[in-house]
Amino acid sequence: MLRKLLDKQGKAFEKGGKFEKLYPLYEAMDTFLYTPGDTAKKPSFVRDAVDLKRMMFTVVIAMTPAILLGIYNAGLQANMAIDAGLSQLDNWQMALVQMLGIGFDPANIIACFVHGLVYYLPILIVTFAVGGFWEVLFAAVRKHEVNEGFFVTGMLIPMLVPPTIPLWQVAVATSFGIVIGKEVFGGVGFNILNPALTARAFLFFAYPGEISGNSVWVAVDGFSSATPLALAAEQGMSALTQDPHLWYNAFMGYIPGSLGETSVAACLIGAFILIVTGVASWRIMLSVVIGAFAMSSLLNLVGSDTNPMMAVPFQWHLVVGGFAFGTVFMATDPVTAPVSNTARVIYGFLIGVLVILVRSVNPAYPEGMMLSILLMNVFAPLIDYYVVKAHKKKRMARYVG
Amino acid sequence: MAAKTKEILLDPLFDNNPIAAQVLGICSALAVTTQMSASIVMAIALTVVTGFSGLSVSLIRNYIPANIRIIVQLTIIASLVIVTDQVLKAFVFDISKQLSVFVGLIITNCIVMGRAEAFAMQRKPIESFVDGIGNGFGYSFFLLLTGFFRELIGSGRLFGAQILPLATEGGWYTPNGLMVLAPGAFFVIGLAIWALRTWKPMLKEEE
Repeated sequence: MLRKLLDKQGKAFEKGGKFEKLYPLYEAMDTFLYTPGDTAKKPSFVRDAVDLKRMMFTVVIAMTPAILLGIYNAGLQANMAIDAGLSQLDNWQMALVQMLGIGFDPANIIACFVHGLVYYLPILIVTFAVGGFWEVLFAAVRKHEVNEGFFVTGMLIPMLVPPTIPLWQVAVATSFGIVIGKEVFGGVGFNILNPALTARAFLFFAYPGEISGNSVWVAVDGFSSATPLALAAEQGMSALTQDPHLWYNAFMGYIPGSLGETSVAACLIGAFILIVTGVASWRIMLSVVIGAFAMSSLLNLVGSDTNPMMAVPFQWHLVVGGFAFGTVFMATDPVTAPVSNTARVIYGFLIGVLVILVRSVNPAYPEGMMLSILLMNVFAPLIDYYVVKAHKKKRMARYVG
Repeated sequence: MAAKTKEILLDPLFDNNPIAAQVLGICSALAVTTQMSASIVMAIALTVVTGFSGLSVSLIRNYIPANIRIIVQLTIIASLVIVTDQVLKAFVFDISKQLSVFVGLIITNCIVMGRAEAFAMQRKPIESFVDGIGNGFGYSFFLLLTGFFRELIGSGRLFGAQILPLATEGGWYTPNGLMVLAPGAFFVIGLAIWALRTWKPMLKEEE
């Protein structure tokens, strides 16, 4: 029945129809619900269940644990702060929670989840509405199809921002990420930088007050508590080891942070799905971890009296901030990462090294994941180029001999 | 003749714009455009220097030995820049301080050198002067455009006057910090080039 409806409506979108300009929108709807009707007409044929859509969908499934846990945690953090005596924020999200009558009990899983959801959902809706608008606009002007790449970007952006972010900033950042990060290069597959990270970088530099510092991570009035990462930067390792459960909490994701990036456990589940289905490169993930290990060990050896971050050991770097999330979902983005395996190892290793370097050595930026991935995105084609060149040289030498 | 002069004057405004089409003089365009007032002073300074260096180089073009011509051109440009710098210091000292080294760096501005070498060395004085002024206008147009957006979006002001009331002072506008940083100018200029190329498709490189 749905098929019939789509076919009937479809005529209006075909060439010469009433809504010719809106064809990309119709096409996106159609192929989202059904397998595309057109098949390859000339050789070569490839018979494979994995197309771009399936691949992107796998990524979304892999992100689900992190999203769910992130939503729960956002509510948990806020409810814990309210429980400790802080007043609620005076906004419509709070009015909604009160209307539902669930309350703010940190021990109640449903209450925490709902509390998180009232922050997550509006951000998600704004991201998709604004991002979708740009996608359809560019697709209509350039006469190509809207594809599923945006679906992943749209899921990623809400996970990268704090729950208290103003929605108009989400809209501006999404526009920036989609247009400057992707469409100016020609759309999905041509972009140099990860669009979701571009959007976050835009927020980070344009409106630092709403995405960094100590008061934005928990949606409660007047709450000011450093994330473990900021804590380590300010007071050193002793602040982290004071609470014996902190490492476990950071691993599970029960710490203040952006909406989807706090939980290492959820990211590991995601990583497992991505690696088993072959969607993301395990080489990149592994080499990021190795790079981070190498650099943090080196800095631990060097040590410093004035900079407590230098002494933070590897297992802490692994669980705080966006390290796990960036490693699993950001660094492995198939478009912006290199394509040859050797290059992927180099690329991942350098990301790992840079993260620790930015975190430890630069006092202005407590988190380095976003910047180091963006920087290496830029170098990805170059690394690929030299890897291919070296390979050619090796083959040439063998041939002559 | 009149039509040709007009063409020399107007061609660099859009069709052959030094910033948007040739992508020259970007360094100063990034550096001084956080505020409109600084942008205007810089634009005037560069227009004057380009115009008069074109005129002077063209006047003595037949007496300049070919193998030391760059040195001669540089001497002329440098003298003009020093005069401009002194004038700015005398009359608009505050803005001159803001522009700091960038007035002095007009000497190395690719637009000035480029016009002296590519145009003034071959053309008559009046034409060279008009060409210099035209290129100055082309530069000025994009400088002011960039300055306008950067000051308005970056701090909610124009010419130092608050246009958009800031959220920190009871208004509604949250300034965009990215626009105050140099990359902000990259984005504005990039988008402007995009717009110009869409308007005039002949500027696109052949594929």
